[in-house]
Amino acid sequence: MNSLRVGIDVGGTNTDAVVVDPVGEVLAWHKTPTTPEVLDGISAALAMVLAKVDTDAVGQVMLGTTHPVNAIIRRKGLGRVGVLRLAAPATLSISPLTSWPQDLATTVKGHTEIIGGGHEYDGTEISPLDETAVREFARACHGRVDAIAITGVTSPANPDHELRAGTIVAETLGATLPVTLGHQVGGLGLLERENSAVLNAALTFVGNDIVTGLRRSLDKYELQADVYLTQNDGTLLDAAEAIRRPILTIGSGPTNSMRGAAYLSGLSDAIVMDVGGTSTDVGLLVDGFPRESAHSVEIGGVRTNYRMPDLIAIGMGGGSIIRTTPQLGVGPDSVGYQLTERALIFGGDTPTLSDAAALAGRAHFGSPEHATSHLPPATVAAVMAWVDDRVATLADRIKATRTSLPLIVVGGGAVLVPDTVPEVSKVIRHPHAGVANAIGAAIAEASGTIDRTYTYATSSRDACIADAKNQATDAAVLAGADPAQIRITTVTEIPMSYMPGNCARLHVKAVGPLLNT
Amino acid sequence: MRKITLDDIEDLAAGAVVLGTGGGGDPYVAKLMLQQAIERYGPVPVVDAADLDPDGLILPVAMVGAPTVAVEKFLNGSEATRVLDAMQERVGKPAVAVMPFEVGGMNTLYPVAVAAELGLPVVDADSMRRAFPAIEMTVFTLAGIPASPMTLSDVKGNYVLCETIDNDMAEKLIRACTAQMGMISVMVGYSLTARQCAESAINGSLSYCLEIGRRVRAIGAGDAGAYEAFLEFCAAQILFTGKVVDIERRTVEGWARGTVTLEHLDDPTRVMRVEIQNENLIAFEDGEPKVTVPDLITLIDVETGMAMTTEGLAYGQRLHLIAMPAHERWRTPEGIALAGPRKFGYDIDYLPLVVAR
Repeated sequence: MNSLRVGIDVGGTNTDAVVVDPVGEVLAWHKTPTTPEVLDGISAALAMVLAKVDTDAVGQVMLGTTHPVNAIIRRKGLGRVGVLRLAAPATLSISPLTSWPQDLATTVKGHTEIIGGGHEYDGTEISPLDETAVREFARACHGRVDAIAITGVTSPANPDHELRAGTIVAETLGATLPVTLGHQVGGLGLLERENSAVLNAALTFVGNDIVTGLRRSLDKYELQADVYLTQNDGTLLDAAEAIRRPILTIGSGPTNSMRGAAYLSGLSDAIVMDVGGTSTDVGLLVDGFPRESAHSVEIGGVRTNYRMPDLIAIGMGGGSIIRTTPQLGVGPDSVGYQLTERALIFGGDTPTLSDAAALAGRAHFGSPEHATSHLPPATVAAVMAWVDDRVATLADRIKATRTSLPLIVVGGGAVLVPDTVPEVSKVIRHPHAGVANAIGAAIAEASGTIDRTYTYATSSRDACIADAKNQATDAAVLAGADPAQIRITTVTEIPMSYMPGNCARLHVKAVGPLLNT
Repeated sequence: MRKITLDDIEDLAAGAVVLGTGGGGDPYVAKLMLQQAIERYGPVPVVDAADLDPDGLILPVAMVGAPTVAVEKFLNGSEATRVLDAMQERVGKPAVAVMPFEVGGMNTLYPVAVAAELGLPVVDADSMRRAFPAIEMTVFTLAGIPASPMTLSDVKGNYVLCETIDNDMAEKLIRACTAQMGMISVMVGYSLTARQCAESAINGSLSYCLEIGRRVRAIGAGDAGAYEAFLEFCAAQILFTGKVVDIERRTVEGWARGTVTLEHLDDPTRVMRVEIQNENLIAFEDGEPKVTVPDLITLIDVETGMAMTTEGLAYGQRLHLIAMPAHERWRTPEGIALAGPRKFGYDIDYLPLVVAR
């Protein structure tokens, strides 16, 4: 029985690992500092949790990691990309990578071309695909690039030109050169989709390193497990897909944390507050998934059309420093990972929110007597009143409606949050809340999405929505979801303004648990 | 001479969203076009119509179409040359400058990019001082200046010369042609002399938009007193501060319509509802109209001061609803007849925003 799942989450500060059984019981967990060579931390965390379980019973390993985003932010390990846009004569006014930070563009840009091809919103060709130009582009890229990104206008609705151009490139340069097609990594919005495709192509080596590194770590335990990476929407990519589409794993950390909170609490609609050492993030769970931000996300200064959880962050955490002169103030500076050396209750000399929480009786660690001389009762009361006010405001700000929701508290600084918060029905804590992110990875599901334009003039609105739902469901099955348990989690309809013709953009997502084979 | 440089682009875009009153499209693509045009051709001179040869020809230029399509298929940069050439040939003399139709949304920045490409100055003026959805809704129509002749081009090289008997028909023909052109086109119309422009356009609009953008960005930068400075400069008032609790979007005859509902942050029994037809048109508090078109209704982020386009609205956002009086020419009986609530199909009289001071 390969029934156990390992979830790993690599964050900026800590790498967490958990093992859960089929009914979701946490059998083992471990938290260790994230290491400069990320795989070292992963190996260390894996060693600790696998020592506590029957490794033969592990069927799946799910990893959420900051590898790709770090590679982009630090401009390290990125490949050089040949960029082909299928659009001419449209879009010539903005070249590929125009909006990119100069240094990143210089690192990534190989050869770029905009050639004839692409489709109108209604599916007709802007111009026929210029196959000769594709071949010339491929020849110009020969020996100069590590990967290719091809993006056609309106490709989410009609990927034919991207697929054909990809085939020609493979014929010209050989099938081993990685090729990213825009419709595989992004929705509508040409520049954002092109940016995602180029970043994805640039991450070719990084994606490969993560998957092979993780496999090597697992080989030490002779684990025959399937390997998955978590995506920013909280669902899974299998290993082969993760190598092809590493960009989709960007930003999975906060999502995993919120999905883990949902899982531990058994709630699907709640406020989730993740209190760390320096900052607190608050998000909203809707139907078991984080509510997504309405804004496009920038990665390393590059605009993409990915949606991240809609989070509000403030500079308040267990390590936030309390100032008593010239007037009382808290944060945003923090002792961070040095909490156990610098906080008063641990024998240090810096008053922190953890000290105040211990004196107020909320936290039960360290030696509160070390803090009494620095923080008299009146100061502690004032500081905790400030914390309570921030918590209440934050909980209220994230809510969409006035209904009173439960608040799930996770993270190392969770003790700061009081047991009663105005307009919150109850405050929920869980013994495993500290590793909620790794649990979120372990319980992640498979998904499929579709994002394209429909014309309601040719078939009815209901028929178009039904078609989009079917396509999303098919994609989820392809990703490994159990067809019997798939549900539609998102249907967004955006009418096209200023023009007649009854067109709308439909974005549909289908999600289901992995099919146990 | 004043010039629009790379440093002005963000400010111009931020101001354009405030004056866009929710519509006019996200200026992102136009911003990049302008960036690339300035990098290629240099900063763009800004001139007053009064300083040009009074008989010189000024050509208002705009992108027409669906912003939702513009994020996917945008221009190649040569459309403007084609429509301007066609118009110059039709009118029989060369243009001395181009100008924007509207200082709201993407059509604020696009004409500046065109000016850069053509090596012409851009006139510091427009015909709306906000965004409106229809071609006839201009102060030029109020002044009796015909939109016709108009020229229109798509990205492929097709172009159309339209001669119409009135400005309403110009709107209908341009819209129909644009649908056939793949939903995006470039238009030149209302060609006029510098003398007519100085007399009939809303002069100073580009500078006004730029100044609004500077003040909005100062809010985001956390400058002390920046919010007050912004409101004072725009003669704007905060009518409501609330959280988005509902957004309803629907398509009626191809126009994006919708309703956004805000619940007051301090008093949840107070509810503000904004009716949208591309732009924010009417704000109702507890069923009573508080502001109506042509006065400006803009939703801005409580913390950053950034204005929201209709497409960018989402549940839970905390927004100020600000109201600004429309340009005085819109607040006349003729202006209200052309762009008041009844023109948009509402059985409501225009309710002039009372301006303090």
